[in-house]
Amino acid sequence: MNAPILEVTGLGMRRRRRWALRDCSLAVPAGRVAALVGPNGAGKSTLMLAAVGLLAPERGSVTVRGSVAFVAQDKPLYESFTVAETLEFGRRTNLRWDGEGARDRLDALGVPLGARAGRLSGGQQAQLALTLALARMPDLLVLDEPLANLDPLARHDVMRTLMGEVAARGLTVLLSSHVVADLEETCDWLVLLNGGRLQVSGDIDDLLAGHLVLSGPAGDAEGLDAVSASVTGRHATLLVRGERAPDPRWSARRPTLDELVMGYLRSPATSALPGPVAVER
Amino acid sequence: MEFQLDRGSGVATYLQLVHQVKQALRLGTLRPGDQLPTAREVVEKLAINPNTVLKAYRELEREGLVTGRPGLGTFVERGVGGAGLAEHARLRRGLAAWVREARDAGLDQEDLRALFAAVLSDTALSDGQREGAGREGAA
Repeated sequence: MNAPILEVTGLGMRRRRRWALRDCSLAVPAGRVAALVGPNGAGKSTLMLAAVGLLAPERGSVTVRGSVAFVAQDKPLYESFTVAETLEFGRRTNLRWDGEGARDRLDALGVPLGARAGRLSGGQQAQLALTLALARMPDLLVLDEPLANLDPLARHDVMRTLMGEVAARGLTVLLSSHVVADLEETCDWLVLLNGGRLQVSGDIDDLLAGHLVLSGPAGDAEGLDAVSASVTGRHATLLVRGERAPDPRWSARRPTLDELVMGYLRSPATSALPGPVAVER
Repeated sequence: MEFQLDRGSGVATYLQLVHQVKQALRLGTLRPGDQLPTAREVVEKLAINPNTVLKAYRELEREGLVTGRPGLGTFVERGVGGAGLAEHARLRRGLAAWVREARDAGLDQEDLRALFAAVLSDTALSDGQREGAGREGAA
């Protein structure tokens, strides 16, 4: 496995006097596209702000091995700047700046260089904000809800841009989203936060292969390593840890990413985290 | 070649890519020596994770159909199936003629599929019996 580019250890963060994150430890390997998922108030934005260094850890530590760029959810742009002026501003305020790549990308997407940023469509503004972040050639790109308020075509275009950059130069991405369906084809790492605590962190293929959705008679569920269960009359559907069905009374199949996420969110006390790492002394 | 994605099919994305390469090899639209699109080209079109493309190409490589050449790309090593391209074209013409004949006789798309599947399984069965009989005869 690649060395982690983002490493968070025992992170505790307070916002408005309340703990927004408690005892959060995770590592994202380089080259991954990590989905940061959780309900409102789970601590997603706080974790991202800590990862990019805009908030200092109250407890624990955050390490990023490389340069980092961040796009906030409201995609801040100077509305009276034209696209060309926005790029010029970026060039003058950054040491590392790929202006040619930025121009090529906006050209290919049909974003007019002469238009004022405030007059662009929502999708074009999202692409401009993303292009500015990518022009800084970061090793880690952190995106807060990059797909929110975008129509399906614009969402697809943003993801195409992002995936192309990951393929071209091994960029690592951490992005938050409410809509798990948007993440299914694009993300390969899952970070699940719930109520300020980390519930799941790991490779999505491994997580899906390590869980089953079982369906069968309620009452036979004892002794199973269940994450969550829903019971209707005599019938139960469970999300369990394990790679094989326990016995033929249960019909078993692999969960979808959505089922895995929902299963854990319904049971905040459960978790799927890598075991403790041996520390050399 | 251009990959397409059927997002509602329930078939894993990397397998869809594997199937499409094999299909292109069968139809001759991909031939030995041809280069597959790079991971970047595929993901910039389909908006999928690059590792999915690499996983598909690894699977094709494992089956000996393609070879990855570091720094150059992934190239078709050999075709699939027994028949050559000329044979393929001849059989395809024959099948097309048969389909026209069946249409004229009033069969619709569903009927054609059912008939083709039935004949396919019948011949598989009788091939098996012939082999079985052959072994008995030899014994």
